[in-house]
Amino acid sequence: MKATAFTNFHIALGAKMAEFAGNNMPISYSGINDEHLCVRTNAGVFDVSHMGEFIIKGPHALSLIQRITTNDVSKITSGKAQYNCLTNEEGGIIDDLIVYCIEENKVYMLVVNASNIQKDWDWISAHNTENAEMKNISDATCLLAIQGPNACKILQPLTSIDMINLKYYTFGKGEFAGVDNVLISATGYTGSGGVEIYFENKEDHAEKIWNAIFDAGKSSGIKPIGLGARDTLRLEMGFCLYGNDIDDTTSPLEAGLGWITKLNKETKFTAQGILQQQKEEGIKRKLIGFEMLERGIPRHHYPIVDAGGKEIGYVTSGTQAPSLGKAVGLGYVTIENASLDQEIFISIRNQPVKAKVTKVPFK
Amino acid sequence: MNFPENLKYTKDHEWIRMDGDENALIGITDFAQGELGDIVYVDVTTVGKELAEGDLFGTVEAVKTVSDLFMPVSGTVLEVNAALEKEPELINSDPYEKGWMIKIKIANKSDLDHLMDVAAYRDLVS
Repeated sequence: MKATAFTNFHIALGAKMAEFAGNNMPISYSGINDEHLCVRTNAGVFDVSHMGEFIIKGPHALSLIQRITTNDVSKITSGKAQYNCLTNEEGGIIDDLIVYCIEENKVYMLVVNASNIQKDWDWISAHNTENAEMKNISDATCLLAIQGPNACKILQPLTSIDMINLKYYTFGKGEFAGVDNVLISATGYTGSGGVEIYFENKEDHAEKIWNAIFDAGKSSGIKPIGLGARDTLRLEMGFCLYGNDIDDTTSPLEAGLGWITKLNKETKFTAQGILQQQKEEGIKRKLIGFEMLERGIPRHHYPIVDAGGKEIGYVTSGTQAPSLGKAVGLGYVTIENASLDQEIFISIRNQPVKAKVTKVPFK
Repeated sequence: MNFPENLKYTKDHEWIRMDGDENALIGITDFAQGELGDIVYVDVTTVGKELAEGDLFGTVEAVKTVSDLFMPVSGTVLEVNAALEKEPELINSDPYEKGWMIKIKIANKSDLDHLMDVAAYRDLVS
């Protein structure tokens, strides 16, 4: 099992640890509810260094990324980031990712899911017919997400980059806590604002940055947050989790990711024709958000049934939502059952439990 | 982690303690509540039923996961801890006292002899 540059800090802090995508990661520290609410109301620090980062550069970098992803990367200029996804030949999602435009038309960074690093690398390499320069910097890169309404205010003294006014999905590069070349990005997976910071795992950088963040946030009550709360935070927002809500068999249109599927972009991309056809003919199933109306907590793989007990889909993610005090979930249902307020039933240990289709983010 | 001396333990991380002459209280251990994390509710649909050792008596739902609850010994489920309805977090904060889950009428007191004592349970979770 691999360790991140912070694994020993998590253990020293008494975190509950578990393997995630081959890395020894913190699942929780003080408890999921406490950590979750800390991020929603204040600020929390996530070690997500297990994520993958690829640099793609050179004159053919943009055309490579354009050919394999659904969103239009030509629309982002230096200093901007974009949510995107890689599709396979059948129109399924190989991975969802963030593309950072480091230098327009020349240098891009792709941030991918930890569990998909090898799969993505192989796929991109196989499509790199024009020989764009590719580098996998995953193992050499630290990634911390500092999220919450107070995150930027707490961190601002550590850098000259104007974090407080950094727009969503933009980034800057500079010194942070005395460490050079830190990429500070106004992105995240919580819906509570804040930043994600990328830096090279060398010398004492990890320790320096970790300590500086907690020193800066001590008086405000900043806390370390585990992957457990990361999941409940993203789920309340309705953000997709790869492997649960999206995978190689689900299309971006089915997953509600039509907004990052630019069927009209100039460069043809993998499975564009299939997705175009899907759009014209209409999708047959759809990822929906739902909330429980009766007591029960939906879990991944629970069947979704209609009032007559007929199976109409399945749950892809579910939890008791700590900020909302109710149980919510995401799942695929047949298109006839996907309209807002539609009554559905989650089959929990063979008992149908009433729920209804709702908008995300959950409220 | 706290494991009281006066309890009997199971491999499913439950505890049982006599409550009077014929009845016993059942709950989950400090180890189990720590593994489950924040508990949302306990679902027991077996009140009034006579169950055998190993039978499912309910489930416990935490934020992240759900776990089945099994009878440590044979007996009749008499009641559920009503305090858990409003404060399920009692299982996290006080798993052996206020966080007990069910009261049963035990079928054979001698069945307790087959369960683990504190030393054996400590070995299991260490």
